[in-house]
Amino acid sequence: MEFFTDLILLLDSTLRTATPLVLAGLAGLIAERSGIVDIGLEGKMLAAAFAAAAAAAVTGSPWAGLGAGIGASVALALLHGWVSIAQRGNQIVSGMAINIAVAGLAPTLANFWFRKGGQTPLLDDEARFSAITLPFADALADVPLLGGLYSELLSGHNLITYLTAAIVPLVAWMLYKTRFGLRLRAVGENPEAVDTAGISVTLLRYQAMIITGVLCGFAGTVLSTGLGGGFIRDMSAGKGYLALAAMIFGRWKPVPTLLACLLFGFVDALQGRLQGVDLPLIGEIPVQFTIMLPYVLTVVILAGFAGRMQAPKASGIPYEKDH
Amino acid sequence: MSQTIAIETRDLCKSFGDVKANDHISLSVPAGTVHGIVGENGAGKSTLLKMLFGFYHPDSGEVLVSGVSQSFTSPSDAMAVGIGMVHQHFMLVEPFTVLENIILGAEGSSKLDDAKGMARAKLLALEEQFGFNLPLDEPVETLSVGVRQRAEILKALYRGAETLILDEPTAVLTPQECVQLFELVSQLRDQGKTVLFVTHKLHEIMAITDNVTVIRAGKTVAERKTAETSSEELAELMVGAKVVRATARDANEATTARLALENVKATGDHGLMLKDINLQVLEGEVLGIAGVAGNGQTELLEIITGLRPVDVGKICFDGETISSPQEMTDPITLRRMGMAHVAEDRLKTGVVESMSARENAILGYQREQEFSRKGLLRLKAIAEKAAGYFESQDVRPRNPDLPIASFSGGNQQKLVIARELAQDPSLMVIGQPTRGVDIGAVTKIHDQITALRNAGKAILVVSADLDELLAISDRIAVMCEGEIVGTLNIEDATETKLGLMMAGNKGEAA
Amino acid sequence: MASQRKLPFWADAILLPGLNLLAAFLVSGLVIWGLGEDPFEALSLMIDGAFGFEEGVGYSLYYATNFVFTGLAVSVAYHAGLFNIGGEGQAMLGGLGLTLAVFLIGDASPVFAVLLAIVGAATFGAAWAFVPAYLQAKRGSHVVITTIMFNFIASALLAYLLVGPLQRPGGQMPESADFPDGASLMHLQDLFEVIGFSYESGPLNLSALIALLCAFAVWFMLWRSRFGYELRVVGQNHDAARFAGISVTRMTVIAMMISGALAGMMGLNELLGEQHRLLGNFTLGYGFVGIAVAFMGRNHPVGIVLAAMLFGALYQGGAELAFEMPNIQRDYIVLIQGLVILFAGAMEHLFRDPVEALFRRVGQRRAA
Repeated sequence: MEFFTDLILLLDSTLRTATPLVLAGLAGLIAERSGIVDIGLEGKMLAAAFAAAAAAAVTGSPWAGLGAGIGASVALALLHGWVSIAQRGNQIVSGMAINIAVAGLAPTLANFWFRKGGQTPLLDDEARFSAITLPFADALADVPLLGGLYSELLSGHNLITYLTAAIVPLVAWMLYKTRFGLRLRAVGENPEAVDTAGISVTLLRYQAMIITGVLCGFAGTVLSTGLGGGFIRDMSAGKGYLALAAMIFGRWKPVPTLLACLLFGFVDALQGRLQGVDLPLIGEIPVQFTIMLPYVLTVVILAGFAGRMQAPKASGIPYEKDH
Repeated sequence: MSQTIAIETRDLCKSFGDVKANDHISLSVPAGTVHGIVGENGAGKSTLLKMLFGFYHPDSGEVLVSGVSQSFTSPSDAMAVGIGMVHQHFMLVEPFTVLENIILGAEGSSKLDDAKGMARAKLLALEEQFGFNLPLDEPVETLSVGVRQRAEILKALYRGAETLILDEPTAVLTPQECVQLFELVSQLRDQGKTVLFVTHKLHEIMAITDNVTVIRAGKTVAERKTAETSSEELAELMVGAKVVRATARDANEATTARLALENVKATGDHGLMLKDINLQVLEGEVLGIAGVAGNGQTELLEIITGLRPVDVGKICFDGETISSPQEMTDPITLRRMGMAHVAEDRLKTGVVESMSARENAILGYQREQEFSRKGLLRLKAIAEKAAGYFESQDVRPRNPDLPIASFSGGNQQKLVIARELAQDPSLMVIGQPTRGVDIGAVTKIHDQITALRNAGKAILVVSADLDELLAISDRIAVMCEGEIVGTLNIEDATETKLGLMMAGNKGEAA
Repeated sequence: MASQRKLPFWADAILLPGLNLLAAFLVSGLVIWGLGEDPFEALSLMIDGAFGFEEGVGYSLYYATNFVFTGLAVSVAYHAGLFNIGGEGQAMLGGLGLTLAVFLIGDASPVFAVLLAIVGAATFGAAWAFVPAYLQAKRGSHVVITTIMFNFIASALLAYLLVGPLQRPGGQMPESADFPDGASLMHLQDLFEVIGFSYESGPLNLSALIALLCAFAVWFMLWRSRFGYELRVVGQNHDAARFAGISVTRMTVIAMMISGALAGMMGLNELLGEQHRLLGNFTLGYGFVGIAVAFMGRNHPVGIVLAAMLFGALYQGGAELAFEMPNIQRDYIVLIQGLVILFAGAMEHLFRDPVEALFRRVGQRRAA
């Protein structure tokens, strides 16, 4: 029974840690499906995390935080879009530049506004997206098995985690069942075909970048106002890159990407649970090694399974008419 | 038949930088006819078409559709007035089905399932009317080139095209697929559609068109009724001078095989591409390899030149085994043995675009004593060599410091050929000797190949251009689906025979 | 399509980087203004901090030395068509290799220990780059993502070692014991004294000369050696490289390892030159500065040395600035880096296209 409780707790924190990954993974997916490689997910998340925490701290409302987070992220997404589309720049370099610039700008602004050494103040509960207890969760908690599953695993997450559960099918539906999705998938494979069909490649790609920005905005907001209680320096901790790896592992498809992100979330949750635990045979693993786990997993996945997977054909290549 | 004018252009001009791609192009196409536009590569046909289809905006002049002046800002404007275009490189999204490709941009509903349902009914009616039978639910990437082309045509008709522009439609087809295309074009005309048929092949113009416009160096030089002209007249108009045949060929009695492939099988990037190839190139001969692109020619070049291993069989060069399943000789050793390689896709493989002409002049030979010693480059020797290439081949502009990308295709190819000839090879392996090369340089390159042959070298030429192979080869081997269907001596080779063989018909094999 | 007109050398090498830098500084200045400070005062404080006194200059060049190493590292990989973002991790491992070498024989022979430390730094840095390089070459795993992951892994590894086996006996901080006496690189001011003049150059040490030597070696390798030619061919076009008989796999691995070795040598300056012990976070993001330096210096060693000096001044001046203006912390320099990468690396065309058009127009007018 203790094992079962442990497992439920582990899965519960898997859902929590996977939330920003899933959102960022889908963001990367939309960008790459439109033909723009976005290694700047990390920077957008960090910017959103800061903007959300700052706005929530000032206004006391998580919704203002969400708005600010999305706003900051969309602005950066459009900058990256502009560099990639209008400037025909190197998309990897642009993404990296944004990551580095945000890593500098966010703590600078945090220090300017809050004077807490590059952090935002700890948010009150009302200013956060705090845990939501689903109906009857308390009442059902004592029902064997299912009760625990419901009240521990499904109940008690923040609003954005629940939203994410809805966003995944929504993105899949948009991609495969709508006209916009058809065009989006086409523009990442063969922008010339889209152009000759009389659809604006530029507009489609900007639209895709806006969606990417919104999703990263959610991802960053949940970091600082859902999972954490404020912004701290470098709090995205490579999650943007993990999400990219998960998206590649998920072959640029929404549901496999979701599963890959859950795997990452699980490993992250596991490393949290492993800290300070005496394992049979191995003994206690130093915390520094458990921290490595998600990063090592990323490398293993990229090396083992995802190395030669087929990316959208036009991704990373600026579209030029005169060819 | 009514004589309304479907499309007319008046003094269309378009420049790119200093180059006048189109210089006062005027033509008029009566509705319900097939109108040929003929001209050499680089004469300005593509630019004209892109203006007709709203892809480019003309610098000056106007386009009239059914007598109404138009100012297209995008292809959708052109489509809105009933112009459809089938591009030389198909505008298809490969993982999409035929149906998805056809509705892209003309979905009619924001819900994809509804859009597909509506389109399907309409397409079945169109297919009935024009005699199509396309696999609507197959992904395009699984279909043959001919079928993809039909999908493109259906796509244009679906958008209500009254005038269809076909840009070099036969370049990728077997002669037999061409016949089918011609039948379809006739049918379209009979149903009242107007067709602009753009090509540089004169026999196609004679076979299918009602009228023809000749373009040379960006200008319209003549407009004729097809019935009142001849291939010869059109050829002269196109080139601007009498066409001269290549250098005379000496008789060749040699029987020694320089290059021999024995029972070779090899895998391409997507599965088995070469199935049991046997082939010999004798000294003092040009062996041409004909075939529709994608039937194993690229892989054939790669296995000979040490870029791709063989799975079965062996390749011998001057009696020595250079490739077998056990080992493959690397390109540098092959060059030292006397094999030169003019790569099929020049910009992709044969040169490094961003590097200077000088640095490109040693590509593949960088490890020769002449160009580097003890790991250091001999800059002076390299500069002298490059200058020599520029001189001997008359490469222009004479500035080896410019990046190779800033030279025209013909000048790039001249430089590449100079580089490959410099080490006095005994075997030349040449892919697409004159692709993207201007007409003046073509003759020169053909002459050089013939001169090498006369000097006793063995030469293997892969070309998509049958006319070229007929002009320079001693024998022509035809490839289809990874096999050599047969080999013809030049005396027996005709376009028809080769065409049948390209389609896989072994009956004609000699 | 249209013929590419080459810009005159000075426009390509000075004007365009200058415009990129100006744009980055303009935006940076706007940020300062937004933070309620006077950008011009900030600029003069920075210049004063970086060049205003002898030790300031020394510090500027001291920082610059780090950036020469990491900038060259990024640049060598970039010429081979690889974007090595792992300079940070490779520098950490280089520091580890250096430390191990020093502790191994430092007591026996300090001089030999320094030589072995240089080898150790380069070897460990190269080894840390090897795995991502191999995975890229053989498995197609994107080197950008794997090198970033290796940064995180390196940082955790170092953290473990410095609170575990390598921690200073009895110490509480994540740092190693001090290096044995003599196992260090001479400060230049001491060297100056030997020659007979005095200049307070602070922590500036012999690594600065090693860095210059590396810059020359990289230039020589890229443009004077056959290996460099082949490396650049691979960087531009894999198919052409195979056509020319060059192994892309081999070159990818070697180029990344050279890159890693250069990044690894950053520790010479920080640890062997100044700190004399291994610190957990001694790289302080300098690996990432290398990216900005490489782009700013147009991936040419001369440009990289100049760009490194600029960034060295920015870091030193920035540190002084942080004293004077409480609203501006060192993070602000990271923002400038990002902007420089953006303008110089990703937005090539922003200034290049208009400048080229201008030259074309002037050229035509002269011709007419």
